[in-house]
Amino acid sequence: MPSRDTNVAFVRTEFIEPSPPPSSTQGPVAWMRENLFSSIPYSILTLLSIYFIYTLLAGLLPWLFGGVWDTSSIRECREVIEGTGGCFSVLSERWNQLLFGISYPQNAYWRPALAFVLLFVAAAPVMFPAVPRQLLVFTGLYPFLAFWLIWGGTILAPMVGLLGFVAGYMAFVQLEKTNGFAAGFFGGIVAALIVWLLGGFISGAMPHFIALEAVASRNMGGFMLNMILGTVCVSLSLPLGIALALGRQSDLLIIKWICVVFIEFIRGVPLITLLFVANVVLAYFLPPGTNFDLILRVIIMITMFSAAYIAEVIRGGLAALPRGQYEAADSLGLDYAQSMRLIILPQALKISIPGIVNVAVGLFKDTTLVSVISMFDLVGMIRGPILASTEWNGVYWELWGFASLLFFVVCYGISQYSQWLERQLATDHR
Amino acid sequence: MKKSVLLGAMTVAGLAAGVASAATVDDIKARGALNCGVTTGLVGFAAPNAEGVWEGFDVGVCRAVAAAVLGDPMAVEFVPTTGKTRFTALASGEIDMLARNTTWTFSRDVDLKFTFLGVNYYDGQGFMVPKELGVSSATELDGATVCIQTGTTTELNLADFFRSNGISYNPLPIETNAEAQQQYLAGACDVYTTDASGLAATRATFEDPSAHVVLPEIVSKEPLGPLVRHGDDAWGDIVRWTLNALITAEELGVSSENIGELSAAAGNNPEVNRLLGTEGNLGEMLGLDANWAVNAISAGGNYGELFEDNIGESTAIGLARGLNAQWKDGGLIYSPPFR
Repeated sequence: MPSRDTNVAFVRTEFIEPSPPPSSTQGPVAWMRENLFSSIPYSILTLLSIYFIYTLLAGLLPWLFGGVWDTSSIRECREVIEGTGGCFSVLSERWNQLLFGISYPQNAYWRPALAFVLLFVAAAPVMFPAVPRQLLVFTGLYPFLAFWLIWGGTILAPMVGLLGFVAGYMAFVQLEKTNGFAAGFFGGIVAALIVWLLGGFISGAMPHFIALEAVASRNMGGFMLNMILGTVCVSLSLPLGIALALGRQSDLLIIKWICVVFIEFIRGVPLITLLFVANVVLAYFLPPGTNFDLILRVIIMITMFSAAYIAEVIRGGLAALPRGQYEAADSLGLDYAQSMRLIILPQALKISIPGIVNVAVGLFKDTTLVSVISMFDLVGMIRGPILASTEWNGVYWELWGFASLLFFVVCYGISQYSQWLERQLATDHR
Repeated sequence: MKKSVLLGAMTVAGLAAGVASAATVDDIKARGALNCGVTTGLVGFAAPNAEGVWEGFDVGVCRAVAAAVLGDPMAVEFVPTTGKTRFTALASGEIDMLARNTTWTFSRDVDLKFTFLGVNYYDGQGFMVPKELGVSSATELDGATVCIQTGTTTELNLADFFRSNGISYNPLPIETNAEAQQQYLAGACDVYTTDASGLAATRATFEDPSAHVVLPEIVSKEPLGPLVRHGDDAWGDIVRWTLNALITAEELGVSSENIGELSAAAGNNPEVNRLLGTEGNLGEMLGLDANWAVNAISAGGNYGELFEDNIGESTAIGLARGLNAQWKDGGLIYSPPFR
């Protein structure tokens, strides 16, 4: 009788571990085969690209890490540097000028820096729905606070500006209830003007009441000027652009044609022309001695320019909405303002986000054009004073690389935010 | 029609500006600062340093005028202007004077209604060659390849010069000065030509400036000087004679070093005495203090000192006096007498 033991030589009591897939289908080798060397032409392209990246880095890295940061002129740089290396001393010596311009008082650099940090606090509740809504109060106060920090002078001036808006709003609310929209609108404007006029006397009479050292607009410069122009013009041109886009679709003939002419005229003129008008031509028409602030003139021109573009972007969004949405709003018995606020604009603006961001990024970079009308923004600083100093004439790569880096950081940030926002608002089709 | 109306309005506004600011010097005194138009930056002529203080040869003229009028060379509000904005800034009254290496030409003086008040730098188109080429005169440049900026008067001047000397050349057209520097250093052309002061400034940025020479020939006239707008001759006189005071001071040997001693009491040289206000009443005639010229010269030194400190041979730019030497030394710098 055969024993059971001999009958069954071996019984496995557990499963065999699954063997790993062959290395040709997994791991770095497979990944490279799939993505880099999948065919002969691809392999050639890959090798060429690797060679290209290598030459780029072989040139860039020694230049970046072999650079010097503490010499006092380009000639000293050349003495110190062995082999290749960037003359980054220009950045460390002119750091403050690149950021704040040539004549912003040095002991007041903390003011624009603080305003810059607070900008994020102020922008957060508008940009991120997760931030507590109470912060919106700070957002409303921020423009006046930032003005006081950057320009200095008595705190009364921005406070009067704020009070004017508050008074205008209160008058608008009161009059709109009793006498309708038009009365409220004009009543609000009159109330604001009265407050500004009276407040102007008061703040003019007390220039030292809680005052910071005043800085003239002429002394603004560097990347600070780009940031001021970019932030102010984007935030002003967005509401103006919405108003223009709605005005262009209005049934009121005069309003419609004013908007159409404004948009078409501004879009048909290069920005640089508008800047020359702001700087040069206006000077002829204003009586001599009037000091109509140059930055204010430039802000008005850039805002008008980008508002015209944003209006067209938003008009595209409005046109993309199905007619049924308008009719649905009408059938619910909503009036014009309600239907726009609750139904039309939220959808139209969502569609327009990429276009608006595109305009904003372009606008931010366009602020460097002010260097042509002899304002010392970042590009103006580099082209003018720094490259014209006997110490630094001849340093190109380091300066322009630095400028590109600053602009890239800001523009890439804006673009990343807009993509995040699009994902947040995506409620359809996906 | 519309255009003529616009131009008319601009003219009226311009005239109004001229009339309203008839007493420029009173405006400056009330303001406490001279508004002086300069370049946004030109090596050696005007540029702010690391502390944001403007320095340079043209800046020196602004400071001298401010010192003459206000007694303080730092009482200047520098208004940077580009080639495109400079004339409107002056015509509209935004600036009181322009000291921005501006060439004195007929049309600017007559048609644009400005008054040029003298010449503080005689510039002209020159040539730069590598030293190893062994050329010492531009007339030896037969067959050379010349880097030249397109669309400028330098292009026309160059053609004229070579034709009148009966020699040939190959132009290598380039866009900007920076590009020209690169092309020239890479050996793409034998010669680089532009304004002589620009050549010197470019040369100063080279790794080895001594390997390049600026040839002695100057083939065009570019007299650079300060200017004011028409309509206030008294103000023009102040700027003109401040510049002349700097020039005369060098001629008479009055410098920032010995001016304290010379102006303390009347000396033996009557012209020095008149200049420094220890004799006569020249300052009163201008409507300024008697020691206006003392202030102007103390600001940055006399003409020669300004030249040496900012663009002269001891600086990185290393310009020789050349045409800008005093007339006694064979140059063109010449001031009418102080009497």
